[in-house]
Formats: sequence, C-alpha cells, structure tokens
Amino acid sequence: MIRFEGVHKWFGALHVLNDINLHVKPGEVVVVCGPSGSGKSTLIRTINRLEPIQEGKLVVDGMDLLDKRTDINKLRAEIGFVFQQFNLYPHLTVLKNITLAPIKIRKVPPKEAEAQAMALLERVGLPEKRDAHPAQLSGGQQQRVAIARGLAMKPKIMLFDEPTSALDPEMIGEVLQVMKDLAESGMTMMVVTHEMGFAREVSDRIVFMDHGVILETAEPEEFFKNPKHDRAKQFLKQILSPMH
Amino acid sequence: MDFQVVWDNLSYFFVGRYPKGPLGGVGLTLYLAVVALALSFVGGLILGLLSISRNRAVRWVSSSFIQIIRGMPLLMVIFWMFFLLPALFGKGMPASMTVITALTLFTSAYMSEIVRAGIMGIPKGQTEAAVSTGLTHRQTMLYVVLPQALRNMIPSFVNQFVSMIKDTSLAFIVGVAELTQIATQVNNRTMMYPTEIFLFIAVIYFVICFAFTELSRWLERRLAYTKSI
Repeated sequence: MIRFEGVHKWFGALHVLNDINLHVKPGEVVVVCGPSGSGKSTLIRTINRLEPIQEGKLVVDGMDLLDKRTDINKLRAEIGFVFQQFNLYPHLTVLKNITLAPIKIRKVPPKEAEAQAMALLERVGLPEKRDAHPAQLSGGQQQRVAIARGLAMKPKIMLFDEPTSALDPEMIGEVLQVMKDLAESGMTMMVVTHEMGFAREVSDRIVFMDHGVILETAEPEEFFKNPKHDRAKQFLKQILSPMH
Repeated sequence: MDFQVVWDNLSYFFVGRYPKGPLGGVGLTLYLAVVALALSFVGGLILGLLSISRNRAVRWVSSSFIQIIRGMPLLMVIFWMFFLLPALFGKGMPASMTVITALTLFTSAYMSEIVRAGIMGIPKGQTEAAVSTGLTHRQTMLYVVLPQALRNMIPSFVNQFVSMIKDTSLAFIVGVAELTQIATQVNNRTMMYPTEIFLFIAVIYFVICFAFTELSRWLERRLAYTKSI
C-alpha cells in the first residue's frame, strides 16, 4: 500500500530522512515514534507529498510520487490526513467541513454528501454538532470532526500526525477510541504518536526513528519488552517514566 | 459667520444641478467613490492574486505595476488619465470617467497589498488540510483561503473606502463637479464667505468618513468568529 525504497530528504543541509525503507501492507496499522526532530512527521507528510522527497522511490496505492505524470490531487483524495492542530476550516460549519471535498471533487450531490457526513459524525460520536462552527468545539471534538473530514473521501489510507499532542489530557481518550475503532474496521493507518498505550494495543508494527533514520521496526510486544537499539531503550525509558 | 450662503445653495452642495442637470456635489463624490471602490475591489483582488502567483514573470509584472503606482502621487495619476485616456479613446470621454479610472488604478494597487497580506495571513495548515483532501490549488483558494481572507480584509476595505472619499476631492483639479469643486464654484460666485463654505464641506467630509470608520469598527467586532466556548 505504501512502499518507501531508499528515500532521502534534505531541508537545506539538514538530512531529515536518511535511506528510509518501509513497506506498509493493506489493513496494517503502523505507529511511528521517536524523539522530537527525528523526522517522523516529515516521514508521514511525504506520503501525500505535503513534503516532497528528493531521492529514492515512494509508491503509494500503486502511484509513484516522484513520477511527474502522477496526479497528486487524485492520490491525495485517496489518503485521509489528520493534523496535530486539527486545521478545521473556521468559516464553515462542522457539516460543511466534512462535505466540502466530496461535493467539489467527487461531485457527490449535496444531499447525499450530507447524509454520508452525518453517518461519519455518528461514528465519531458528534451528530449533534453538525451546525456548530469549529471554534465552538473542544479540542477533542475538533479532532474527531477532523477525522470524519478525513474519512469523507472514503480514503484507502489514513495518516495521523501527532493527533493527540495538542489536546488536554482528558480529551485524548475520546480521539484514541475513534482511531482504535477505525483500525479495527480494517483501515490502513500510519500514526505518528507518543501514545504508547495506543501503540501497544492497536498497532501491528512500531517504527522507531531518530535523526532521520529508521533504527528499529518491530511488533509492539517485542518493541516494548525487548527494544534492540540503545536509542530506543533510552526513548522508552524516558517516555514511560519521565521522572527518572 | 453667516451660513446663509450654505442654506441658499444646499441642494447644489448635495446633488449639484440634479435632476435638471448632471449629478454633482456630495452625490457625485459618493458616486465616484462607490464606482471606483467596486472596480478597485476587483482590480485589487486580481493584482493581489497575481502578485502571489507561482509564475515568476506574472509576479514580476504585477509587483512592478503596484510599485510604480504606489510611487506616484494620486494627483499625477489623475492628470495622466485626464490627458491620456481621451488621446487613446477619443475626446468624448467625460472627465468623471478619467477620474474613476485614475482612482481605480491607484486604489487597486493599495488594495492588492491588502489582499496579498490577507491571503498570506491565513495559516498554512488551512491550505495543507484542503490540499490533503484532494482539492486543487484553485479550489483551495476559492473555498478555503479566500472566504477567510476576505472576511479579515473587510475592515481594511472600509478604511480604503474612507480614503477614497477624501481622494475624490482631487477630481476638482480636472473640473469634475464633486463636493470640493462645487464649494469652489459657490465661493467664486459669492466671494464673501470662504470660511463658512469650506468649514461646511469639511464637516460633510468628516461626517461621511466618520460614519464609515465607525461601520468598519462595528464590522470588525461582528466578524470576529473566534468566539471561544
């Protein structure tokens, strides 16, 4: 579904992605973790070319991202993306946030798009907020709407870039629950997160990165019990018991 | 002070010789300002969008135009249009048309900066969210960025309108019968009451501009949609 082969990326002189090789299979849930500045957000943002890569091969849903003939808008429509800062459209209601892309891109009739949006709002537990504006919602609610917006195009892949990092602690659970339900429905997902509970319980594989390099790829049980790399051991120690 | 001269010419001050003759005075001032503003809105939007175009040549042409206009006094632009346009399009062109063209060119250049700043002021995350759902750049601009940007620009637009109302007084120099020109005519005719006459039109300009400034403040408050819960 997503295949990185020897992918490199630089920001000026900074080598942010260094020889990335990774294959995400359909239906797989992959969590990417690592210290800040390790390139994990950049990694996930290359998949829908919010960040272009400079070298290597990246094939998503059969489309080559470095191929000039690839219609990037078409590819992006197949990939839902959820941001740390939600990025809902503040001038539109919740319902219109969700229906904008299906109506404008897929030419879904407005009535039908609204019905689909309502079904998605039910799924994330917010049907009563259909006519609210984003500013009237809590962070957790905004993020759930953002997930519904991402799902509105019926994507094959969902990408999450630190979806709970901007939330107050008591709102993290509701968002993770929606993501867990989504994972159980068979969605192919890639999630950048520090929520190790989620990683352990929901993911099929964990990718650990530092300094633009994938240092370790392992199943969650293995990763938490038996991290191979020293940096991964240190990272787990810091994140699981920050006081020590 | 004797304001009798003002009362005697009141309708002349407000509408000129209308309805028996052409519109003048305050009416013409507002007409010039409204028409030129509407055109400048379109002009500013186009110039502003061109000045952030991804095509370098397009960007260069529009920024050069904006820089040139901004580096000239409005009076100079009015003179240019007054002599240039009839030479290009024949002598039949009324002076008020040349003034509207000059005001439009001039204000478009300033508006374009408001538009550009307004678009740049929308957080990058909005564009990223929109394109990541598959919207094209054009659709993103049309449905996500511009509606928010224009809303933020409304107070600046109203301020520009207030400037425009004051700038129409320069039309006096090419003989267009707007408020200042009318005042000069009445003053030349009576010769006795310049203080009263110019005090009166000063008050009129002030009242109109003050009203619009207040409107802009009110709009600014109304449009603040980031009311937190």
